Amino acid sequence: MAEVLVLVETQDAGVRKASLELLTLARRLGAPAAVVFGGGDDVVATLGEYGAERVYTVPAEDAQQYLSLPQAEVLVELARRSSPAAVLVTSGPEGKDIAARVAVRLDSGIITDAVDVTAGDGGVQARQSVFSGTWLATSRVVRGTPVITVMPNAIPPEPAPTTPTVEPVEVALTDAARGARITDRSPKQSSGRPDLTDAAVVVSGGRGVGSEDGFGLIGRVADALGGAVGATRAATDLGWIDHDLQVGQTGKTVAPNLYLAAGVSGAIQHRAGMQSSKTIVAVNKDAQAPIFEIADFGVVGDLHAVLPALVDEISRRRG
Amino acid sequence: MKIVVLVKYVPEPEARWTFADDLTLDRAAVDGRLSELDEYAVEQAVRLVENGLDAEITALTVGPANAVDGLRKALAMGAHAGVHVEDAAIHGSDALATSLVLAKALEHTGFDLVLTGMGSTDAEMSVIPSMVADRLGVHQATFAGELALEGDTVTIRRESATASQQVQTQLPAVVSVTDQTGEARYPAFKAIMMAKKKPVSTYSLGDLGVDPASVGLAAAASRVVAVEPAPARAAGVQVTDDGTAATQLADFLTARGLL
Ligand SMILES: Cc1cc2nc3c(=O)[nH]c(=O)nc-3n(C[C@H](O)[C@H](O)[C@H](O)COP(=O)(O)OP(=O)(O)OC[C@H]3O[C@@H](n4cnc5c(N)ncnc54)[C@H](O)[C@@H]3O)c2cc1C
Ligand SMILES: Nc1ncnc2c1ncn2[C@@H]1O[C@H](COP(=O)(O)O)[C@@H](O)[C@H]1O
Repeated sequence: MAEVLVLVETQDAGVRKASLELLTLARRLGAPAAVVFGGGDDVVATLGEYGAERVYTVPAEDAQQYLSLPQAEVLVELARRSSPAAVLVTSGPEGKDIAARVAVRLDSGIITDAVDVTAGDGGVQARQSVFSGTWLATSRVVRGTPVITVMPNAIPPEPAPTTPTVEPVEVALTDAARGARITDRSPKQSSGRPDLTDAAVVVSGGRGVGSEDGFGLIGRVADALGGAVGATRAATDLGWIDHDLQVGQTGKTVAPNLYLAAGVSGAIQHRAGMQSSKTIVAVNKDAQAPIFEIADFGVVGDLHAVLPALVDEISRRRG
Repeated sequence: MKIVVLVKYVPEPEARWTFADDLTLDRAAVDGRLSELDEYAVEQAVRLVENGLDAEITALTVGPANAVDGLRKALAMGAHAGVHVEDAAIHGSDALATSLVLAKALEHTGFDLVLTGMGSTDAEMSVIPSMVADRLGVHQATFAGELALEGDTVTIRRESATASQQVQTQLPAVVSVTDQTGEARYPAFKAIMMAKKKPVSTYSLGDLGVDPASVGLAAAASRVVAVEPAPARAAGVQVTDDGTAATQLADFLTARGLL
């Protein structure tokens, strides 16, 4: 069975959940082969737990100081060696840069932001949500090795324990690969709330929230529902809330069980990041706001009245 | 110094987009405009010059005849000249082919700094900048939320899922910028009028030495095989708050098993 190369991302010395999702998808296409920079025995064990039959370990110290080219060079080298059924990376700034370079060097078709990947009759197939989330397209690579970037949370990671063969890879970085140096790196701080892209509940605020203080109220609703806080670009541009929490075309894509939007008009660019949420609730004082067109439950009213009452009501019901 | 900004002409985001019979985006059916995300790249170029950099700004687009409107917008924002690559053979090109044409055009114009948007608002792939950098054999600094240029050194800040990074590289380089870099200006009427007089050169694939058989739908390395509209979302219940909306909302959440 052909290998499927999976580029693994590590976080806090562990494996990022999105990488475990890639391993789960890779099993549908062939024998998962993880490629990891750095990563000790614990990392290898986790990768085996999620079905990696082979783990290529690459020394990290040097490679991780530079942007994307070291990873691209290693993937290209491994792909030339093993003719994999596909190369899978996680969508995101790193993943996109790496996949783009790999596709050029292998002269292979690339599919970005897949929400599902299957073996397919005529070869690997990927589903994408396109046109700001209004259409679903199924695509196939018809030349070369399919290079696919997969959205985080495309599928839940499933364990499939195996003992991987560990294969250290020696890399001699080219001078070109040392071209863009990472001169400073500050890891993202955890907010104490669920991660926005993983959360089952997201409570988002927009310009209608009115102020930075107003986002305190959004946080209280999020906490009452055990959810994450999100925001529109208007709110992050105003500096009321961190840009990392922006939902939409140029922010995060989320698909929680419940998305509660308060003081959010529902611009197409915001909808692009949340319209596949299972249940959408909107609170907006303008009955004509476009967000109501996609809301399962809409409240026309002042969020500063409705949300505090909702928090009280939730705590009353929970006793 | 030569700055080339890559700008794409895209369908109006508010319009309803559909697929043509060949499963490419039906561009003829909707009005177009300069991709809003590329306006941030033009803005950065213009600011560099306003802040004293001695540079000539060229806006470069690959697209159909009306893509020249996108160039005119970039010129009105402050670019000095436009380059339009137009050729019937380009229709349906994938990212590999588009990046090939852009790279050939850049070899033709010459460049020190190539600025791009973080992604086109239609394809939303965010791969062209890295592909172009790879084909040209130059450095890249992508997804810049902040950008500074000092001598030949480009410094950017960018956000990944797990960290905030500062990245440094040397010119010549390709730099893509996000909508965090600073609001793009609205050109004044006078600037729009002046833009009509700025030079725009048009090239065919032949002019750039690109084999037409290497681009277009038939040469694409990936293909859309099926499309369907996303599951329709309909408006549900709407209540007007009379003091009981929170209770009704809580009832709704309980009924859906969300409380
Ligand atoms: C290229 C591009 C990319 C973009 N990417 C994104 C993106 O990723 N994410 C994003 O969100 N946006 C994005 N935008 C911006 C987007 O177009 C909208 O401008 C933005 O989403 C609007 O945010 P908003 O709903 O908070 O503000 P507004 O549109 O101003 O809406 C505020 C709403 O609050 C309501 N309101 C006011 N006061 C109250 C109150 N007391 N109680 C209840 N309701 C109240 C108003 O009725 C109104 O509907 C992008 C734009 C462009 C051009
Ligand atoms: N046809 C094109 N002409 C000019 N620039 C383009 C074209 N396609 C993409 N670009 C540039 O590449 C960036 C990323 O595009 P994409 O990879 O399609 O999301 C855009 O923001 C543009 O700056």
